[in-house]
Amino acid sequence: MARSIMTPAFKIERDEDRCIQCGVCVRQCANDVHHQDEDGWMWVDDEKCVACQRCAVLCPTRALSIKEYPIDFRSNQHWTSPTIREIYAQAESGGVLLTGMGNPRSYKNFFDHLLLNASQVTNPSIDPLREPMELTTYLGNKSQNGSEGEKPQLELDIPIMFSAMSFGSVSINVQKSLAAAARELGTFWNTGEGGLHSDLLGYGKGAIVQIASGRFGVHPDYLENSAAIEIKIGQGAKPGIGGHLPGEKVSQEVSRARMIPAWSDAISPAPHHDIYSIEDLAQLIETLKVATRYRKPIAVKVAAVHNISAIASGVVRAGADILVIDGFRGGTGAAPMRIRDNVGIPIEMALAQVDSRLRDEGIRSQASLVVTGGIRNSADVLKSIALGADAVYIATAALLALGCHMCQMCFTGKCNWGIATTRADLTKRLNPIIGSRHAINLLTAWSHEIKEMMGGMGINAVESLRGNRLMLRGIGLTREELDLLGVKPAGE
Amino acid sequence: MKVVALPEYCLGCGLCEIYCAAQHDGWNGNVLKAFKKGKPVNRSQLMGSSQWCWLNTCMHCTDAPCVNGCISGAMQRDPDGTVYVDTERCVGCFTCVMLCPYGHVRPWQEKHQVIKCDLCRDQKGIPACVANCPNGALQLLVEEVDAG
Repeated sequence: MARSIMTPAFKIERDEDRCIQCGVCVRQCANDVHHQDEDGWMWVDDEKCVACQRCAVLCPTRALSIKEYPIDFRSNQHWTSPTIREIYAQAESGGVLLTGMGNPRSYKNFFDHLLLNASQVTNPSIDPLREPMELTTYLGNKSQNGSEGEKPQLELDIPIMFSAMSFGSVSINVQKSLAAAARELGTFWNTGEGGLHSDLLGYGKGAIVQIASGRFGVHPDYLENSAAIEIKIGQGAKPGIGGHLPGEKVSQEVSRARMIPAWSDAISPAPHHDIYSIEDLAQLIETLKVATRYRKPIAVKVAAVHNISAIASGVVRAGADILVIDGFRGGTGAAPMRIRDNVGIPIEMALAQVDSRLRDEGIRSQASLVVTGGIRNSADVLKSIALGADAVYIATAALLALGCHMCQMCFTGKCNWGIATTRADLTKRLNPIIGSRHAINLLTAWSHEIKEMMGGMGINAVESLRGNRLMLRGIGLTREELDLLGVKPAGE
Repeated sequence: MKVVALPEYCLGCGLCEIYCAAQHDGWNGNVLKAFKKGKPVNRSQLMGSSQWCWLNTCMHCTDAPCVNGCISGAMQRDPDGTVYVDTERCVGCFTCVMLCPYGHVRPWQEKHQVIKCDLCRDQKGIPACVANCPNGALQLLVEEVDAG
């Protein structure tokens, strides 16, 4: 085997004036980057570094810094450094490039081209510290057809939920953190397609349980011990393809929760093999409603793709109580890089179009709209709601609050932060008491900010902002983009 | 008062030992200076492997065998209940090392004395190990002190 033509992606700089040879970096790196020889000398293996920053964060003397490797290929706008490196990697491996987290490409970010309104003189703004502000949100079918009566609703104290991340793709301590945080915050977490771990049975009633194409861990008690059921058709990071949890991550505990043999690959097929049409989807929705005696709302999650409004209309007509749309910035534990970076459409466009379509067809009240995929802060939440969403899901932001440093290597199972791993020694690096506190802090901060911004607009209930696109103005957008988003340009 | 180690959240990173060492012997918590200029010694020791590890720290027993067995009166309990060694009096007989049921007290060969956790009693605030544990695996347990 020849010497690799690949240069390292990152360079670890150790400030020898500060390094005290304590060995914390050696003990903490699951990628075996650092080692200490018998003379106490510290060595690094740059090739193995993924820039997770674990060593730099824990170094007691701040002796370590991690930089992008200073190799400057001759400047080229077309053949950029990552492009060249990807070719080297494929030339050596012959494989599909895998990656984690969401689409990092520089596509236009419409959230950053939307501005919020505020009250001045002609209508009063509201001080959220002095007056009540209402963030309570109900998700479910709100139409009243004949004698059927009220449909089951999810009651959220804040219009933000934790998105689906299965046990297996993330560690049990991530789910414990989010489940406890959701309970404290009065919102919901999502099991993802990995069943419910026995330690979390008590958090079942606060969970939206997912049924995806692999049907892992689905049984009557799983459906019963839940707040709602979500059928996952697609995921924003990888629309059109299924999932693959490598056998190395299918530990005994994952095997029990998923009800599959240990150490075997858990493969979720690209389609549900019993859903090839809207009518098939309607059958599954009805089956689940009957199985849970019409007591739980049924959500359907689809990825934002080209004809999303027609798909959304079909899904709502099929009986979904909650429609979840996942944009192309949505994260993942593992996806082929080309799919993540090139498939799907922005969530802002999908949301605006779906909301308009459902309104035009007079079926908007039959389903709540939840969007997800790249929601970064409270302003994104508020803009989503103004564009027409009932609530949002967050996952990447929640993982960042738990300590994720976005190295995008989730698929290796060697997450140094104890997040995307099932290894016992790494899992325990995330203390769920600290994790849940951070998640609670994050969403508490966001809800304060949402109240501030709503108050500024003179709105005291999130219900009044929903679909209120007059509260938005576009900046730096073409007329076509403004029309698609249904917002006016700044100044108009 | 005592520091309780929670092995289920212990990373084995060893920051507790480092900050412990730098907190004592006049280094005032300056890790860089302590390790560059001297050879600071940690009181509590990290035990085990990466799979199962914990900081072996003093339980500050109410009826402490080390205090009871000390032949020179060096091992003492202060009014807060903290068991500590008076280095002026320690003669290095190591009786306390043999009596400690937790294997915490250990010989300090260079000084021919013993060394153990003193809950950073000379410093303000919580013990350095607790303050610097990145995962909440060390908790300071404050309980009623039995004056007797």
